[in-house]
Amino acid sequence: MADSETPNPMSRTDVVDAYFLEHRAKLLDIAAFLDRVDRAGKAGDEADDFRITALRRALEVLDDGKGDRVRRVLDLMSDTSSELVDVAPGKGACGTPPPAGSGA
Amino acid sequence: MTYIDPHIHMVSRTTDDYRRMALAGCTAITEPAFWAGFDRSSPQGFFDYYRQLTESEPARAAQYGINHHCWLCVNPKEAEDPGFAREVMSLLPEFLERSNVLGIGEIGLNKNSKNEMTILEEHLAFAEERDQLVLVHTPHLEDKRKGTLLIMDAIANTKLKPDRVLIDHVEEHTVADVLDRGFWAGMTLYPETKCTPQRAADIIEIYGTERLWMNSAGDWGDSDPLAVPKAIVELRRRGHSAETIRTATLENPKTFLGQSPRFDAGDA
Ligand SMILES: [Zn+2]
Repeated sequence: MADSETPNPMSRTDVVDAYFLEHRAKLLDIAAFLDRVDRAGKAGDEADDFRITALRRALEVLDDGKGDRVRRVLDLMSDTSSELVDVAPGKGACGTPPPAGSGA
Repeated sequence: MTYIDPHIHMVSRTTDDYRRMALAGCTAITEPAFWAGFDRSSPQGFFDYYRQLTESEPARAAQYGINHHCWLCVNPKEAEDPGFAREVMSLLPEFLERSNVLGIGEIGLNKNSKNEMTILEEHLAFAEERDQLVLVHTPHLEDKRKGTLLIMDAIANTKLKPDRVLIDHVEEHTVADVLDRGFWAGMTLYPETKCTPQRAADIIEIYGTERLWMNSAGDWGDSDPLAVPKAIVELRRRGHSAETIRTATLENPKTFLGQSPRFDAGDA
């Protein structure tokens, strides 16, 4: 990582004061979302949705104490292949790589 | 404060957005050619779009004292049919003559497909032949990191100079590679996908302001034409200097875009 040329002038306490409540709310949103997924009916015996699996793995990154969390979460939710695909499967993206062969 | 929004799709925005941007201090914008949210059915559809970008949008912007510029190309979301894309590309030479056109963009990849790459390479060759500035769209979400690397490799196979190419929509997992290879990098401020104003401020704190700018990429989807002034407020709230803010939101766009004699920041 490059040396910081424009460091954040705020102290650690300033940062927490400024952003804690906003991110407390975002954390509760994630908790509520996971509860909502649990409450929703399952169609047959489907396995956990790949997006939820990725989200759970990302949650582990947040608390592993290693830093550089945003980049690592984005990497975890990135296609790591390097070959061009034969045909574009539509135009959209779903936020994390679908399981191979799913056509998602 | 005076700022430039170097990537915004005003054809999808209301006149009221122009008014609010002007009130917030915007003096100049650049609008890359992109997907309209639906596939155009004929080259004539693109002909009309290019007229809109070079005739009616500059006039609409001027009513609010904003200088409007644009970039032209066939965007990667409509590049999966190379025959069709080439027909549209044949329109580009005549429109490149127009006075508000800064270069080729936003070209790039969307789903990292073979046909997208073919058309990207043809645009790069076209830009190289005509010594044009280039503005690059990188893919969304899970496709971004792979696509950004493939695009930079494709550019490295041309004679285009990295300091005449801006790679847009960088995030924390791509910004370092883009800057390390000598390109300009754009951070797009979106409510859900791409960067937020807070994360853009974080990236500036980690990487500095050299060859880095931010934009709203406001368009027909979930986006915010006032995202750049919101990032300015975020930087100011943290106590960053007026110079840092001015560099990221005015001077850097002027330096990159000023490589075209047609660019007028309108901040004098
Ligand atoms: Zn765009």
